[in-house]
Amino acid sequence: MSFTSTTKFVQPLPLNTTSARSNDHKPFLDPFKPTSFFGSTNKLRFTSLAKSHQANLHRRSAVVAVSEVVKEKKPKSSTNLLITKDEGLVLYEDMILGRAFEDMCAQMYYRGKMFGFVHLYNGQEAVSTGFIKLLKKEDSVVSTYRDHVHALSKGVPARAVMSELFGKTTGCCRGQGGSMHMFSKEHNVLGGFAFIGEGIPVATGAAFTSKYRREVLQEADCDHVTVAFFGDGTCNNGQFFECLNMAALWKLPIVFVVENNLWAIGMSHLRATSDPEIWKKGPAFGMPGVHVDGMDVLKVRDVAKEAIGRARRGEGPTLVECETYRFRGHSLADPDELRDPAEKARYAARDPVTALKKYMIENNLSSEAELKAIEKKIDEVVEEAVEFADESPHPGRSQLLENVFADPKGFGIGPDGRYRCEDPKFTEGTAHV
Amino acid sequence: MATVLHGVGAATALSASKSIDSRKFQLPSRRSLSERKGSFLVVRSDGRMVQSSKALRAEKLITNAVATKADSSAASTASKPGHELLLFEALREGLEEEMDRDPHVCVMGEDVGHYGGSYKVTRGLADKYGDLRVLDTPIAENSFTGMGIGAAMTGLRPIVEGMNMGFLLLAFNQISNNCGMLHYTSGGQFKIPIVIRGPGGVGRQLGAEHSQRLESYFQSIPGIQMVACSTPYNAKGLMKAAIRSENPVILFEHVLLYNLKERIPDEEYICSLEEAEMVRPGEHVTILTYSRMRYHVMQAAKTLVNKGYDPEVIDIRSLKPFDLYTIGNSVKKTHRVLIVEECMRTGGIGASLTAAINENFHDYLDAPVICLSSQDVPTPYAGTLEEWTVVQPAQIVTAVEKLCQ
Repeated sequence: MSFTSTTKFVQPLPLNTTSARSNDHKPFLDPFKPTSFFGSTNKLRFTSLAKSHQANLHRRSAVVAVSEVVKEKKPKSSTNLLITKDEGLVLYEDMILGRAFEDMCAQMYYRGKMFGFVHLYNGQEAVSTGFIKLLKKEDSVVSTYRDHVHALSKGVPARAVMSELFGKTTGCCRGQGGSMHMFSKEHNVLGGFAFIGEGIPVATGAAFTSKYRREVLQEADCDHVTVAFFGDGTCNNGQFFECLNMAALWKLPIVFVVENNLWAIGMSHLRATSDPEIWKKGPAFGMPGVHVDGMDVLKVRDVAKEAIGRARRGEGPTLVECETYRFRGHSLADPDELRDPAEKARYAARDPVTALKKYMIENNLSSEAELKAIEKKIDEVVEEAVEFADESPHPGRSQLLENVFADPKGFGIGPDGRYRCEDPKFTEGTAHV
Repeated sequence: MATVLHGVGAATALSASKSIDSRKFQLPSRRSLSERKGSFLVVRSDGRMVQSSKALRAEKLITNAVATKADSSAASTASKPGHELLLFEALREGLEEEMDRDPHVCVMGEDVGHYGGSYKVTRGLADKYGDLRVLDTPIAENSFTGMGIGAAMTGLRPIVEGMNMGFLLLAFNQISNNCGMLHYTSGGQFKIPIVIRGPGGVGRQLGAEHSQRLESYFQSIPGIQMVACSTPYNAKGLMKAAIRSENPVILFEHVLLYNLKERIPDEEYICSLEEAEMVRPGEHVTILTYSRMRYHVMQAAKTLVNKGYDPEVIDIRSLKPFDLYTIGNSVKKTHRVLIVEECMRTGGIGASLTAAINENFHDYLDAPVICLSSQDVPTPYAGTLEEWTVVQPAQIVTAVEKLCQ
């Protein structure tokens, strides 16, 4: 389980099965196998677990693979390349967009163009790109407060996201959401959830709708998948466990993607979590748990393909832990004093954007010039987004009372006997409601 | 409780003397201005729709849902139009009609399926509609409520049952942040047509945690409507209205009212989520109440009438927003207001209502608004203490006498 190893798959306990095939799979679950995965503090791990290890042996021995497809991965083409040229260019462009957009956000924040808490995604691009670029438009994405890049990957125009950050009417949520609340109905971005864990139930609900449409409404072609992104800190929250349970129970078409960047603001994952290998919690709930190098978009994509495919085929949820790192502080307001510079340097050396570029060029999938052209194009897109956002109008007063209720009758009947939303002042935003 | 049950059955029987209009009728969800201002379109608790002037109204509505012992001897329900059922059955009937009408309507919650709901509101629905439409969830309130919200965002119309409303405190984050705010933060892109409902209020010695008055907690969440049902008629009508609303609606049911019996129309009807219900027109004082306290008020009203008072009783029904038109008209007529609620005294519905009345109708008041709320204590287990926690009819009589001095 070294950092450079590829992915790990752990299969859930099959129902009604006691199997003697366990021994080949046992190593997948061995918590005593040392790992170099967890930043600079892995020496903290695994002390005096011997007793529980013994106690759990018989349980673990029942583990067998449910999905042979997951386990027995084969190279896809004779050339041994993980992607085609076109796929590679799409991935590269998306990652560059994510990186350039976030760098611009930092600039704009310090220039006083945007306010509040702004959480940047730098360093984690391989996860967003690796998963979301495999989705269809009808598939849903549920994100966290670190949501700009998920929205961009899902196809929300950069100008709409930037304008939202500027608090302008042309923003994807009309300036009413902000950095941590990006939504797009058109692109099925279900949010932007600013509190830890609260997006996971919503994602589970979206997956429930897919199942409901297929089984109750008889829409046989509804194979929509929901991908829920969240961090390592969330994995100690009840909603995470509750939803793993429900999703596995009902075999919902959902992929739980943990962006484990090792730090929950200033709380090291290892100081917060009894067993830091989050992927192991999948099998505990009856779903595959997968561990993948989240700094490598091709590895992420490989795992994502399988997990999304499983969901689409109606085979149920998957938990994927992507080991990644954020190159900036928790938010732009975070002084980022706790993380060891050596740890930062180690991950900086594994920059996912650089890694993809290197892969593309080394495998003759693309020339330096081609990639440069993409970078230039994205720079223009981001520049244009800033111009667009800057020139867009601030919300007018009339917008204030809109969208509180989908049906504005929710504001009720005023003393004059009319629904308050019929008051001319209501549409001007000056009514007292 | 027994008193209340008998009383309501009797009141219904007494008042249901006129034959029902056999036309299929449905309350318009939004009345035209002229209708609102000209005359009252009243749907009575017994299902009759009455378009009447004020004078007629006073005569016809006076016995509506009065809960008193004396009336019980007159109960006779044979050969009347409509059908008689209990409040929990009325809720189920509304739910079932909506599930028949729209396949996107589904139910989720603890023990709503095979068990039929802790108060049997969903009994038989899982058999009829299957386990996915009537989904038994694990005991994970925050997550299944959030799941309901996610389902609502993506096209379904879920009804989430809190087995006991108090359990929804565990789902407070989802109800507040996502149910209430998400439509706004998404710039209006996503709608959350969800209904959150369940039994609440102070029951019979259920202990503090199962005897909560949650409306005070929920009322300041933006983007949420709250209604409280109090009769089988309005329970069904409000349930149907809540399901059809594009807004998230919290429907409060009271544990002690589930077995109220009433005759309701066979024809389909819905109630307005935003309107108060005139229970007893009167001249001397306006008594605003909702849910179970409606029956304490009506008990007190009987005493008050015997003492020569003519109180006007309004079931505000819509806890958020308030129907300030109906309330205002009453204040302008009586100039005195008593609020009787089971909610907490501090930061409760009564406190908000008092503020709204003072803000809007101060000039019409001849006396300060009096608000009788339950005590600011965790609901005690002991029967005597519990009784002293909630407002009793005798207190209401005293308060009216004080107001009308």
